[in-house]
Amino acid sequence: MRDQPKPVLRARGIDKFFAGAIALDKVDLTLYPGEVHALLGENGAGKSTLIKSLTGAYHRDGGTIELDGTEINPRGPVESQKHGIGTVYQEVNLLENMSVSDNLFLGWQPVKRGMLDHRQMHRRTREILKGYGLDIDPTQLLSSYSIAIQQVVAIARAVELSGKVLILDEPTASLDREEIELVFSVVRNLTARGMAVVFITHFLDQVFEISDRATVLRNGCVVGTRKLSDVSQGDIVELMLGHHLEATKRKASHASPGDTILSLKGYGKRGMIAPFDLELRKGEVVGLAGLLGSGRTETCKVIFGVVSADHGRAELRGQPIRLNSPRIALEKRFGLCPEDRKTDGIVGDLSVRENIILSLQARQGWTRPLKRSRINQIVDEYVKALDIRLASPNMPIRLLSGGNQQKALLARWLATEPDILILDEPTRGIDVGAHAEIISLIERLREQGMALIVASSEMEELVAYSSRVLVLRDRRQVRELGGEEITTERIVKSISQGESAA
Amino acid sequence: MIGATFRRVLPQLIILCVVLLLNFAVFPGFFHIEFQNGRLFGNLIDVLNRGAPVALLSIGMTLVIATKGIDLSVGAVMAIAGAVAASVVTGGGGWFTALIAALLAGLAAGLWNGVLVAFFRVQPIVATLVLMVAGRGVAQLITEGKIMTFLNEGLIHLGAGTILGIPTPIVIWLAMGTLVTLVVRRTALGMLIEAIGINETASRLAGINSRVLLVTVYLVSGFVAALAGVIVAADIKGADANNAGLWMELDAILAVVIGGNSLLGGRFSIVASLLGALIIQSVNSVILLSGMPPEFNLVIKALIIIVILVIQSPTVKHRLYLLRAKASSTVSDAPDVAPKAQLAKETRS
Repeated sequence: MRDQPKPVLRARGIDKFFAGAIALDKVDLTLYPGEVHALLGENGAGKSTLIKSLTGAYHRDGGTIELDGTEINPRGPVESQKHGIGTVYQEVNLLENMSVSDNLFLGWQPVKRGMLDHRQMHRRTREILKGYGLDIDPTQLLSSYSIAIQQVVAIARAVELSGKVLILDEPTASLDREEIELVFSVVRNLTARGMAVVFITHFLDQVFEISDRATVLRNGCVVGTRKLSDVSQGDIVELMLGHHLEATKRKASHASPGDTILSLKGYGKRGMIAPFDLELRKGEVVGLAGLLGSGRTETCKVIFGVVSADHGRAELRGQPIRLNSPRIALEKRFGLCPEDRKTDGIVGDLSVRENIILSLQARQGWTRPLKRSRINQIVDEYVKALDIRLASPNMPIRLLSGGNQQKALLARWLATEPDILILDEPTRGIDVGAHAEIISLIERLREQGMALIVASSEMEELVAYSSRVLVLRDRRQVRELGGEEITTERIVKSISQGESAA
Repeated sequence: MIGATFRRVLPQLIILCVVLLLNFAVFPGFFHIEFQNGRLFGNLIDVLNRGAPVALLSIGMTLVIATKGIDLSVGAVMAIAGAVAASVVTGGGGWFTALIAALLAGLAAGLWNGVLVAFFRVQPIVATLVLMVAGRGVAQLITEGKIMTFLNEGLIHLGAGTILGIPTPIVIWLAMGTLVTLVVRRTALGMLIEAIGINETASRLAGINSRVLLVTVYLVSGFVAALAGVIVAADIKGADANNAGLWMELDAILAVVIGGNSLLGGRFSIVASLLGALIIQSVNSVILLSGMPPEFNLVIKALIIIVILVIQSPTVKHRLYLLRAKASSTVSDAPDVAPKAQLAKETRS
């Protein structure tokens, strides 16, 4: 029933070149009204480039775009919106410090006698959002609502302004299960009204849950478009990577961790994380599990000294220490890969090379610069070991894809040869291939005797590499799971039961 | 490394050459330099000499701006330093004592700014605005509201004397520029300053001591401002608390901007800022030499600077880039296929 003969959007032979490299190579994409079309591919495969070329954010170097049978040539997102193509990005592109209705109507506010008609604006906002199953106060600041609701407001705005094609670029990356449900019900509603939705995500489960068809990109080429009812997840992954991916299995050899390296007793910070105990031994991975906002990130931050604890004691190899700044943590051979790569991790305009050696250089102090030969050796070593894909180590790191940025950040900390490495959501927003590589890297580091603390929202991942799992809920440690107890079911149960399970 | 620096400052070099040729056009004797009474004379030497205060200020301003900050107080610090130096020599002190006292005053001012910005997290523009206003008051207190004149030979030499025939201010700004450039580029200081200017949170999490670095850049700014203040005072043989360095912070910021450094912080080039300072001074010189009535000065200066900034704007740069791309497209019209083949190989392996 989906394959109605008349496509709403047909892009043919889209080309895009970047400084001598081919980003898109004769890409075709056809959208039918009422379908959810997933756009899949590894980081750097060309998904975002394709979207930007379609909406005119990038000037495409070849190909045609037809909307309802007539050729269009949008020269920017605003123009493509007028044609009927709306886009919602992963980071909600709205103004948090303005009201919900301001956000919905910004740029096309209803006007009465040359003045803004706030009453009408609020009324219509209420009506529109009701259509999305939201009953919220349009006069409130957007920031007072959850990311999911903001995301729905963004979708509503895009739909009101465009109405034919909606492009969702990783709309669910920072949402929990319930919130994803909310966004999905909105999407189903829209497709029932005949809109075509392009859905970009890294979560294959979600792809199969909501999408009708999927187009897979690899290295800027379309490698296939599939009807999802005809294929399995494995088929899609194979298309994306060009080879089978080993299922992440739990390794059995977690038996013999070494000496205790870090011991925290009653450690905590008021308003951030309730006091907790933690014994970390060499050669073990302690997983931090919990829902969004359960205190995973806060635990990582308090251990690394990003915020200093106001409760409890810390001992490093039996010696009491005070961890109250990242600089001290760095000196004591701790490392932290933060959750939010863009704002807390990368230094965007510095080169990949400089980003990799940044922490090592910071620990040496500015008076003792690393020798050029040493820098090259370190950078070459980690680019190779972690398979960081780049044109040159001199390119600004912000030009790398998410997975490669994450690997470069890992390289930054590995270069400091840490004893304790804290990874906060190391696999968020990166593609399947890099995902598997990072998991096997965690395994490898553990086997080499490093002590790791890994926070993740992906249970399977925690089960795969953790020696022990600490379960957090409402900014409180509620349960420690070890050995045979580490299964997805047990973790989920502990999270949902909270303290009663302890 | 040298090649990269050259490419970076090429636009500034071209603009400087154009403005210098403009000077030549309005005054054919512009490039004439002669050696008289053990001193170099000529309009070109004047540009280098008169440009010294702004050149010195631009060194510190470049570093401050690289950290996403700004230092509005440098003009006032110049006045303080001049007043301190003058009061030391009128009180019977030697020129060296006076210089050291003035530099210490500059460092104290820099410390004040740096602590406000780095530890109390006051926005740089506000933090340094305090000293911009209060500093001139401090200078007036030191000079007791008068223009404090002096006749100390040693001190006057710093502003009006020569070293090996070259006017002392030129030697001072060239030496300071070279010294600071070498220090920031031969050590890791430059990279770390750029890192905190681009993303301070990430830099702090990477273990960089951003507070110390922030205080350092304001210290450098205060130091070079004090040097500039001493030069200006020595030049007129007196400390004028009301007018010394007046509005010069704006010229310094302009020099940094003409040098192609982003006010949003990050990548910086001191050499480019120094060229920016020379461009401003050459513009002043054109107006002077053209014999235009003085009331036109500021307007013409503004016009020339607008032209320079428009030429450097991203829009025009992009147009020029496209123009060049078009010109060279006759050579290779087809996109390079090599990178893609390489990419495919990488994925396969």
